[in-house]
Amino acid sequence: MLLIDCPHCGPRDENEYHYGGQAGIPYPLGETTDEEWAAFVFLRDNPKGWFRERWFHAHGCRTWFDVERHTVTHEVRKAR
Amino acid sequence: MTHPDFLWRNPDPKPAYDVVIVGGGGHGLATAYYLARNHGITNVAVLERGWLAGGNMARNTTIIRSNYLWDESAAIYEHSLKLWEGLSAELDYDLQFSQRGVLNLAHSLGDVREGRRRVNANRLNGVDAEWLDADEVRKFCPIINVSGSARYPVMGATLQRRGGIAKHDHVAWALARKADAYGIDLIQGCEVTGFELSGGRVTGVRTSRGPIAAGKVALAAAGHTSVLAALAGVRLPLQSHPLQALVSELLEPVLDCVVMSNAVHVYVSQAHKGELVMGAGIDAYNSYGQRGGVHVIEAQMAAALELFPLFGRVRVLRTWAGIVDVSPDASPIIGPTPVENLYVNAGWGTGGFKATPGAGWVYAHTIAGERPHPLAEPFGLDRFTTGALIDEHGAAAVAH
Repeated sequence: MLLIDCPHCGPRDENEYHYGGQAGIPYPLGETTDEEWAAFVFLRDNPKGWFRERWFHAHGCRTWFDVERHTVTHEVRKAR
Repeated sequence: MTHPDFLWRNPDPKPAYDVVIVGGGGHGLATAYYLARNHGITNVAVLERGWLAGGNMARNTTIIRSNYLWDESAAIYEHSLKLWEGLSAELDYDLQFSQRGVLNLAHSLGDVREGRRRVNANRLNGVDAEWLDADEVRKFCPIINVSGSARYPVMGATLQRRGGIAKHDHVAWALARKADAYGIDLIQGCEVTGFELSGGRVTGVRTSRGPIAAGKVALAAAGHTSVLAALAGVRLPLQSHPLQALVSELLEPVLDCVVMSNAVHVYVSQAHKGELVMGAGIDAYNSYGQRGGVHVIEAQMAAALELFPLFGRVRVLRTWAGIVDVSPDASPIIGPTPVENLYVNAGWGTGGFKATPGAGWVYAHTIAGERPHPLAEPFGLDRFTTGALIDEHGAAAVAH
């Protein structure tokens, strides 16, 4: 069970949260090609190492926020 | 009685091969075997970072079935199941393939409708399937709690009688032995650290044991496919997650079929040796850590005890996790990549074991013929751009 620091509520157990995947995926502006649209919908980074990701405090303050988490050690730190 | 001979050589890598397969798990070994058997291509190396079949091949729950909803999935998984049915004889090795029947339980009216629809779809695709009502489920598997007051009432189930389990280690060893006999080099302790690229084409791999030239490079690395593909500059629509499973202490025979419940994320069978083998759903977050949260196991156990009150005093012996590569539509990705001569077989997610021979068959065909096998064609990378997804998420992919 991960211990994740909610910016509003402080450290809480992982099962209070809902996972949101990679952070910082902007909605494409203007016209997109099929390839650009497919990349926006389906392509996400999948690094072995530090990963900036979103969490939703579903059973708490219901805030979305970003953290950085290491995908091997599971260490969590503040998003920079 | 003497100790058996080693089943395969332990060769050093040669400077060059026609085909280099990256990943010595079930799919890599099956691909090597069928490259030799079906296409006469034997100048092949299988490179394995650790030891053969020590990744997901050693961590799965060994369930084999082909009762998928969509035509494309039913075709490729049924092809695989038909191969399983002859594989012990062909490989001259007892794979302990046991067609004991796979139940997929329905706990709600929605589940019932989905199950009945899938039974009909399966039959139209030549896949054996039956619908059992709750009383028939009780007769088929008496230890399931089918009472109306159960936390997860059993309203029926689909049954695929030809489904079952096999002994995963035997599958790997049998394929490795045959591939080795064809002269294929199975090279363990050899990590791929990069690719030689020239003009948009791959010409070799860099490894922890030196460079190896290759006519073609075929990825078969499951959860680590994204990491490898990135070394070749290719982004794939895959996310790696932990998938946990566990075994109980050894029991007398108590469960003679496979029981799956997608709704509560439990699947269970009893291995030949006697342990109950149970799998959970994936942990939510991306990870390469080969471990997951205890709360996932706890939720799975809670559901299992509701379904099988008999298991209340069974002790868990061991839990573990494998890293599974999940695609957006929960279907595999098989075929060429944007880099010429670089092929990918990935995205099998939580259900790759059952596909071992089928995946190897169509992947070998795709590599040898430089065009997708007809059964693999719908599973190309381009489907995410064309929108022709094979969406097994709602249909069959929650629990494999």
